[in-house]
Amino acid sequence: MKRAIFGHKGLPWLLLAPQLAITLVFFIWPAGQALWQSFLRQDAFGIKTTFIGLKNYQALFADSYYLNSMKVTAIFSVSVALVSMVVALLLALALDRTLKSSKFYTTLLVWPYAVAPVVAGIMWWFIFNPTIGILPYLLDQIGYDWNHGLHSQDAMALVVIASSWKQISYNFLFFVAGLQAIPMSLREAAAIDGAGPVKRFFTITFPLLSPTTFFLMVINVVYTMFDTFGVIDATTAGGPSQSTMILVYKVYRDGQLGANLGSSGAQSVILMAIVVTLTIVQFRFIERRVQY
Amino acid sequence: MMLKTTTAAIALAAMAGAADAKTEIQWWHAMGGELGQKLEEIVAGYNASQDEYTVIPTYKGSYPETMTAAIAAFRAGEQPAVVQVFEVGTGTMMAAKGAIYPVYQLMADMGEPFDPDAFLSAVVGYYTDTDGNMLSMPFNSSTPILYYNKDVFEKAGLDRETPPKTWGELEEFSNKIMESGAAPCGFTSGWISWVQTENFSAWHNQPIGTLENGFGGLGTELVFEKDEPLVRHWENLKKWQDSGLFQYGGPVGGNDAPPKFYSQECAMYMNSSASRAGVVANAKDFEVGYGMLPYYDDVEGAPQNTIIGGATLWVLQGRPAEEYKAVADFFSYLSSPEVQADWHQFSGYLPITQAAYDLGKSQGFYEKTPGADVSIKQITLNPPTENSKGLRFGNFVQIRDIMDEEFQALLSGSKTAAEALKSVDERGNQILREFQSANE
Repeated sequence: MKRAIFGHKGLPWLLLAPQLAITLVFFIWPAGQALWQSFLRQDAFGIKTTFIGLKNYQALFADSYYLNSMKVTAIFSVSVALVSMVVALLLALALDRTLKSSKFYTTLLVWPYAVAPVVAGIMWWFIFNPTIGILPYLLDQIGYDWNHGLHSQDAMALVVIASSWKQISYNFLFFVAGLQAIPMSLREAAAIDGAGPVKRFFTITFPLLSPTTFFLMVINVVYTMFDTFGVIDATTAGGPSQSTMILVYKVYRDGQLGANLGSSGAQSVILMAIVVTLTIVQFRFIERRVQY
Repeated sequence: MMLKTTTAAIALAAMAGAADAKTEIQWWHAMGGELGQKLEEIVAGYNASQDEYTVIPTYKGSYPETMTAAIAAFRAGEQPAVVQVFEVGTGTMMAAKGAIYPVYQLMADMGEPFDPDAFLSAVVGYYTDTDGNMLSMPFNSSTPILYYNKDVFEKAGLDRETPPKTWGELEEFSNKIMESGAAPCGFTSGWISWVQTENFSAWHNQPIGTLENGFGGLGTELVFEKDEPLVRHWENLKKWQDSGLFQYGGPVGGNDAPPKFYSQECAMYMNSSASRAGVVANAKDFEVGYGMLPYYDDVEGAPQNTIIGGATLWVLQGRPAEEYKAVADFFSYLSSPEVQADWHQFSGYLPITQAAYDLGKSQGFYEKTPGADVSIKQITLNPPTENSKGLRFGNFVQIRDIMDEEFQALLSGSKTAAEALKSVDERGNQILREFQSANE
């Protein structure tokens, strides 16, 4: 008995136990429930339950709105990753050149990261509100009729801006760290050889930053797929006409509000599969081409 | 020794507590702000009025949040005895036969005197099954009415005491208002689904679903597209939105609509009668007038009567028997004329019993408060028909979302009114069939 607890086999398990318990309770168990639920049809109160096999999945893939949600999610995550990383990189490069006051700028630029997604969402909702917002008013002056309540492009632009804004800070920090890790001598040598700033960036800085870029890509895609719930909920709630209905939000809407747990469960399982696949693809294939 | 004494004291206290223990019942509700305070005041009044039962009200957030919380609690076996559910949840609640305790049955089982005829039929009709049995206890019911800006009307050369009666007049008035520069927009509206679609159809005596708008069974199908006045109305709303005569206030409740009216941008505004307190509080620089909803005068049977929104109290199964005794007693208190009249006059919700309405009349409330009885007159204008007694569709929350989405598609120009309403039918029917197979 004693050996089992304090022996070489038991101790590692014991030390792992807290983490395993957390994973089991907060991840494996709910995920298992979702998987099981996805094979069932159940009324809201859980009184009548029927096992219906894969019908929930079949219904999903026959539903044009679900396919639309996949498309929306793809556009949304690529846009957010792109916008937030490009802007963050530009800011990091700018900071890299002004080392004197860099601490001050860094602090300012990192601030937005501390803002909760819902709060950020509500802030952008105010700024872009067609009735009381300042930006639609300004856009109206130059003849653009901003209304994200009706125009799907406006709505997509809004959620991309609102989600990227906060993520820029995070990306920025990593790019700054990445840039500082690149030895000055490399760039100075290239400069002496006559390479301009643009050429130096693309042939030296950017390739050397690729581990950071790759890491951020993974993080950003995962972020947009799961963490942007608050932003969507506070700004567009998936509208207009489901043009910003990302997969995570749809899971919530169909399951929590619509009380259709079977379909919602099936959606969660698909979402889980997508993220697992994406992560494997990113680590297996893209990582190989990254220069460390 | 110390420990022993303490334990003994605790045990004694517990025993004393058990001896004169009152039966406690939980009431989950969705009334925030001033309405929530008023509700707590009513409950406190009840708790002080007798010494057998204690009602514990708990605020659970918005309507959908309260309903989903109660459903989740039921699944976990932790349900409250009473939960406030909004009218769109009615179909879902009704179908959950093993989960709910119908009010008429509860009152009979508990031997509590209960007269269903004392209630306003336009109110309870929504919550009554096809055999005429009341399933839930109405608490806060409202109906949409028209609010208008009297000062803008006068500026535009219109009579400040005459709101438009028909949609034709509304268009004409709006044009005058916009041309004269009295206001840049004619009208706006909260709740496109509830006001401009569901109530519109009842008001014009048109069905939006088969089997008596779903009262007749789970096999009901949506027929929005066949509702000709509705197709025409949605077409007009699109036309008016394009010309600026109408301004869309957003999906669900239409959060952008009230500020458009308060800021005098739009001269007219349609929303719940329970918005009255908010309108009065925000319309600081102008005088507000009240009217019934407009109708198309060439539609036969219009105006019929409008239907209600708001919420009722549902009793959930699975609590100890003595709690139901308390619920029955509490419901009698809640529907007493004094409590009802007080709640109605404070909030703008409809009085649910004839006695409460009569009490308000005898108190002279309606003379003192112009506009407060428009809603009652409108909802009791005619005896309800199959098309105007209410709606009973399962998963109606989702169907409402579909209405909003299709309305947005109409306004953005990607669909015509007929196409949008057809799509509401197709998508809504899918949800209804799903609901049917889950509940049959």
